[in-house]
Amino acid sequence: MNDDYCKMLSLTEGAPADAEELLASMLSIRLFEDEVVSLFAKNLVRGSTHLCQGQEAITVGIAGALVPGDTMTCTYRGHGATLAHGSAPARAFAEILGRSGGLSHGRGGSMHFTDMANGILGSNGIVGAHLPITVGAALSASHLGTGAVSVAYFGDGASNIGAFHESLNLASVWKLPAIFVLENNQYGEYSAQAVTTPIRRLADRAAAYGMPGVFVDGNDVVTMREIGREAVARARAGEGPTLIEADTYRHSGHSRSDPGAYRPKEEVALWLGRDPITRLEQAILRNNPEASVNIEAIRQRVQKEINEARDLALSWPEPPVEQRFEDIYA
Amino acid sequence: MSKTVATLNYRQVISKAIAAAMREDSRVIFFGEDVAAAGGAFKSTPGLLEEFGPKRVRDTPISEQAIVGTALGSAITGLRPIAEIMFADFAGVCFDQIVNQVAKYRYLSAGQVTVPLVIRMSNGAGSGFGAQHSQPAENWFLNVPGLKIVTPGTVEDLYGLMLSAVRDDNPVLFFEHKNLFSLKGSIPIGEAAEIPLGKAAIVRTGKDATIVANQQMRHYAAEAAVILASKGIEVTVIDPRTLVPFDDEAVLKSLQETSRLVVVQEAPPSGSWGASLISRVVTENMELLDAPPALVAAEETPVPYAAAMEEEWLPSVDDIVTTVEKLINY
Repeated sequence: MNDDYCKMLSLTEGAPADAEELLASMLSIRLFEDEVVSLFAKNLVRGSTHLCQGQEAITVGIAGALVPGDTMTCTYRGHGATLAHGSAPARAFAEILGRSGGLSHGRGGSMHFTDMANGILGSNGIVGAHLPITVGAALSASHLGTGAVSVAYFGDGASNIGAFHESLNLASVWKLPAIFVLENNQYGEYSAQAVTTPIRRLADRAAAYGMPGVFVDGNDVVTMREIGREAVARARAGEGPTLIEADTYRHSGHSRSDPGAYRPKEEVALWLGRDPITRLEQAILRNNPEASVNIEAIRQRVQKEINEARDLALSWPEPPVEQRFEDIYA
Repeated sequence: MSKTVATLNYRQVISKAIAAAMREDSRVIFFGEDVAAAGGAFKSTPGLLEEFGPKRVRDTPISEQAIVGTALGSAITGLRPIAEIMFADFAGVCFDQIVNQVAKYRYLSAGQVTVPLVIRMSNGAGSGFGAQHSQPAENWFLNVPGLKIVTPGTVEDLYGLMLSAVRDDNPVLFFEHKNLFSLKGSIPIGEAAEIPLGKAAIVRTGKDATIVANQQMRHYAAEAAVILASKGIEVTVIDPRTLVPFDDEAVLKSLQETSRLVVVQEAPPSGSWGASLISRVVTENMELLDAPPALVAAEETPVPYAAAMEEEWLPSVDDIVTTVEKLINY
């Protein structure tokens, strides 16, 4: 592993008491995304999808540091974030399938998940566009005194777009309770970070905005949660935003049409060896070699839940076409 | 009941309207570049910081994407922001936030959120600001469903439409014409003077032709009407005041009597509200017309700087008079 993460890997010290719950959450995302691949293969999904297998520890870890009332925005690679923050898998499947039971009744699709009941303000189809929206949610929290924090997940590519600069600058100068979680999966769409970005550590950019920048092993769910808790405490205390760079890897290509062939085989193999789910399982087994039975039971239970969610979503009808005229204006 | 009125100019009434909206609802906040301590680049927002304090009236960095995105994020989480984009031309800097984010947020969430925000912008030509500070930018947004577009042309309308815009649960683009800043008018003191969005003003009535014009052109049309009256031609002048929603009914009702339509706009014809209005009337109500409708518009060039060139670029009172006479003699 890289030896310059901000903290030693806490997973190497053993699994936490609730490790099996964290495992179930990550598995739920993994198996959801795997199922999206097969729905796509069956021609049941329109347009494109952007999957997050390999990045599950980041959103599960951060979500574990939050409480109801906190809000979140994310990118079009946002199925995992949405599930981690509490959306029902059936409603997420249904949105991707364009069914009436979808989070947005099929009007949004894979890139547009909104679930206000869970504080999910929306995944976004435009790189970086949700960052200022996150700042706005943090402004509301600050102005209304709700104590809520506002989290944005975004990629390494988004750190090169103007909205990133404007958002971090404004959030910091107004000391807003925002947390910027940069999921560095090493590629901005098809291009490696080194091709597009002159620095290696994107967390260093925080210095330009007068906020802490933390570089962290994004494939370690326990560390992610710990770092998340520190940023949440800082935000709730009125001390302003934090930039967290979570090092991770996208197991698949950018989108449905991208096999990711531009990635060296050795690199892919290296990162598959750092799979966040495998690592948590290994930590659980180090604590308790007998736990393999539990792990298998969790896998089977989550697979069953995902299958049932998929079947439920497929049982829902397509939305009535008249609904396309709804909710353009209040 | 005595009706007390205050005589003010268009520039002064901007801060009066914002203040009235802020007094009636503590969720209304106001921010933009130089709007607080400096009282606005056009000195149209003095006194607001002093009355409402630095939490509700905020100076922002020069960050149009962050301004609009922050307004959006706060609007979907409990506030009712008024954001200022100094010159309407700068909407180009935050086009994504207005077009892809603000306009679509409610739709993509299938009605889970409302977006009660107002974006104020100084609009239009005639003051010698050159091509990047003079555009009538309202037309850029006409084919983006989800936005309301307001273009007040008088002191009374600016005040009353601002109250409506802030009370509205939809995003409103509010264009203030900077060449009307010294225009005088009266507003009622201590009583509501709301003017509903989507309701045109009948500036003058006459049986021979209908002129539809907004903002600066409304005043040109009124001047033309006086000249035409001296020649025995009586025209109706209608100021739509809001472009979305548009008061087609007022225009059609007038055409039933006049049968002749002249639309005057301060923008080139292509992709404009005037061209759209004429298209609707011709395709849906051709039987009302005794002559082809005319569009008196600016030229299809950037707004030139030199005084004589800019005057040529703008439609003139003469152009309006000549066009009406041509239709009368058709």
